[in-house]
Amino acid sequence: MSYENVAEFAQTWGLVYFFILFSLVVVYALWPANQKQFDEAARIPLEDEEDL
Amino acid sequence: MSFKHEIFEKNSILLTVGILIVVSIGGLVEIAPLFYISSTIEKVEGMRPYTPLELTGRNVYIREGCYLCHSQMIRPLRDEAERYGHYSLAAESMYDHPFQWGSKRTGPDLARVGGKYSDAWHLAHMNRPQAVVPESVMPPYTFLNDNILDGRTIEADLRTNRIVGVPYSDAQIAAAKSDLFTQVDEFADDYDGFVGRYPGANVRDFDGDPKHVTEMDALIAYLQMLGTLVDFSTYEADAEENLR
Amino acid sequence: MADRGDAMRGLTMSDSTARKGIGLDVLTLGVFLSVMALVSLFLTAKTQDPLMAVHAVILLIAFVLGIIALAMRAAGGLHFDQSRYEEGIVKAGVVATVFWGVVGFLVGVVIASQLAFPNLLYFENIGWLNFGRLRPVHTSAVIFAFGGNALMMTSFYVVQRTNHARLAGGVWPWFVFWGYQLFIILAATGYVAGITQSKEYAEPEWYVDIWLTIVWVAYLLVFLGTLWKRKIKHIYVANWFYLSFIVTVAMLHIVNNLSIPIGLTEHKSYSLFAGVQDAMTQWWYAHNAVGFFLTSGFLGMMYYFVPKRAERPVYSYRLSIVHFWSLIFIYIWAGPHHLHYTALPMWAQTLGMTFSVILWMPSWGGMINGLMTLSGAWDKLRTDPVMRMLVVSVAFYGMSTFEGPVMSIRAVNSLSHYTDWTIGHVHSGALGWVAYVSFGALYCLVPWLWKRARLYSNDLVEWHFWISTIGIVFYITSMWVSGIMQGLMWRAYNSFGFLEYSFVETVEAMHPYYIIRAAGGLLFLLGSLIMAYNLWRTARGDVRKGEDVPDMVPFSTVIPAVQ
Repeated sequence: MSYENVAEFAQTWGLVYFFILFSLVVVYALWPANQKQFDEAARIPLEDEEDL
Repeated sequence: MSFKHEIFEKNSILLTVGILIVVSIGGLVEIAPLFYISSTIEKVEGMRPYTPLELTGRNVYIREGCYLCHSQMIRPLRDEAERYGHYSLAAESMYDHPFQWGSKRTGPDLARVGGKYSDAWHLAHMNRPQAVVPESVMPPYTFLNDNILDGRTIEADLRTNRIVGVPYSDAQIAAAKSDLFTQVDEFADDYDGFVGRYPGANVRDFDGDPKHVTEMDALIAYLQMLGTLVDFSTYEADAEENLR
Repeated sequence: MADRGDAMRGLTMSDSTARKGIGLDVLTLGVFLSVMALVSLFLTAKTQDPLMAVHAVILLIAFVLGIIALAMRAAGGLHFDQSRYEEGIVKAGVVATVFWGVVGFLVGVVIASQLAFPNLLYFENIGWLNFGRLRPVHTSAVIFAFGGNALMMTSFYVVQRTNHARLAGGVWPWFVFWGYQLFIILAATGYVAGITQSKEYAEPEWYVDIWLTIVWVAYLLVFLGTLWKRKIKHIYVANWFYLSFIVTVAMLHIVNNLSIPIGLTEHKSYSLFAGVQDAMTQWWYAHNAVGFFLTSGFLGMMYYFVPKRAERPVYSYRLSIVHFWSLIFIYIWAGPHHLHYTALPMWAQTLGMTFSVILWMPSWGGMINGLMTLSGAWDKLRTDPVMRMLVVSVAFYGMSTFEGPVMSIRAVNSLSHYTDWTIGHVHSGALGWVAYVSFGALYCLVPWLWKRARLYSNDLVEWHFWISTIGIVFYITSMWVSGIMQGLMWRAYNSFGFLEYSFVETVEAMHPYYIIRAAGGLLFLLGSLIMAYNLWRTARGDVRKGEDVPDMVPFSTVIPAVQ
């Protein structure tokens, strides 16, 4: 494995890796079934009480 | 859906591992290839490890935080080449543990300051910078004259440098302490031995005080060799092995 | 409610929850502290290094004090009321944050003044007062002491409140708190004495690094342990940001500080890497210290305190998920933009630049989410100075995360690098974003923790806000001008084709801007002192004359229909 191979691997697969990861996150975030759960989560800070 | 982000949200260990995977790959990809040293560092002639006195001076430079205001990295830009000299090569910091490239030029770059000023200029400047350069904002380092070197750790310094990859020889390590004092005295008994171990090193009393070997000697010795090692007459910038 | 003294110790007097005997947490901490005390005793006795000797004594004193404190606590019958949140440690964190903030800003003003008035503030035989020794004291004090304590104490508060669980680990959170203060003291005294490994923002030497690693692992375990105890299914997004901050900083810290000491009783070490590799590792670390310490952690703070103060849910929870993963993914690649035109291989520079520009997007995702959380409650900007401080911090975050990508472009960087522009950029983020969001959190927390209806004075918050904001404007505009001017002067040619200015002429030209910068810093320090006074009076339960009218009616009670 030479330097050039490593550098090339870094430059190409880095992009693929990033693209796949980003797509997964976006799909998850926009999945309609998750909407309700997110709405609940968004209110967590507003619902803490004085005692446990 | 098949991929459940919930797994991350509901399982803190998985979330932790997910974070670790995501954040470690960037570093690996950028840092790991640099360890193919032969193709990161140019082929040059003249690089040698620091002499014990220079290494001591370098440690003073680090201790006093000189790197916070002075860079040691000349960029390949026209004005920098004209102001400071040939752009810095990776090879020139190959023995620098740690590197001293710096990030700010409150004062000028020092990568090639070696030999540009006399020892006497450096001494006067270090004692009171504004006496030499009235507009300077540099602090005085007069106290370095009073810090007399005893070489207590110099052998360990060289040995540790060898562990991290600096090619100090057994002879260099064995003679570390005497070499520390030989470099300030052209008439020292082991002058020939020292010059053999560190070809081309400056040997003289740097701070104008032959009675004591001080941190001022060490710092000036370090400054006077900065950027002077690589023989640029034999360096071919356009050779294929030096392109990156 | 337990009285203030009890709350401070995290104890309550209800016998039903009293724990009999010595718990596992006390036992493990006791053994650990004893071992550490023995190690430092050995160090004190054995070392021939005068600088190490000073630190060995500090360590010994710290561990002996720790053992005494632990023994006294255990003897007093240590028990934790599991039905209450642990707030004592958050209170201690509030005090530490304010204290170190003032110290850090003060040292900043001192070193800024040294550059403005070198003839007045340097002394020929007092080396430890020189700029080179004090500058790391300033950077570490503001980043790690002020910022770090702010992050720790808010994370301890937020992780409990958003998971409905008491802090895990018994007495160990207190170890994290005091262990971290010990780290700060070792770092600061070390710099002044001349102990540094010269890696910016990672200057402490090997043994201090090991100590921080131990404290940090304990911090991670306390945080994770609390998550494990949670009574809410979903882990709220603020906790993801805090977790990514803790985990990533651990990784960065360990890799960047790999070094070999010259002896086990010597302070000096040599870094494992050299030259290019060392530079790349250092700037990978330093940039991500910005990304994960000063951004990710403080975004966690934003995601709790902005919705809480605005009494509105997060604007878009979906956006928070997308920008979380994008942010932590992209940030880690951006380090090489600190090394444009250096001996770092070109492909690494280009990669760093590309990701830095992309980074603009997830950064603004966070800003949009923070700002838009106020939609429907914009009037609070006018009525609530604390809310205004939080919102302005998010605006500064947006500004500096736009400026950053611009400066990472190679052509811009060739001008800005090595100049004061970088310093100005850092401070727009550090003062405008990091400090302001922390101030906002402090103003929220003190009344909540000390159970006061309101702050001592909202007018003083106004004063703090405006004085500090003017200070920031002085600071960043003077550094823009001086940075760009110096960059242009360095590359200016005269009509004969020679360099127009000598280096020292460019230094001389900086003089007025250095004075303005020091003045800006002084204003910022003044503002923080006003805050310290205000918070102290609030904790005492005072209300300023003329302000003792209720003004903190929750928004939702005024217009219930808003939900």
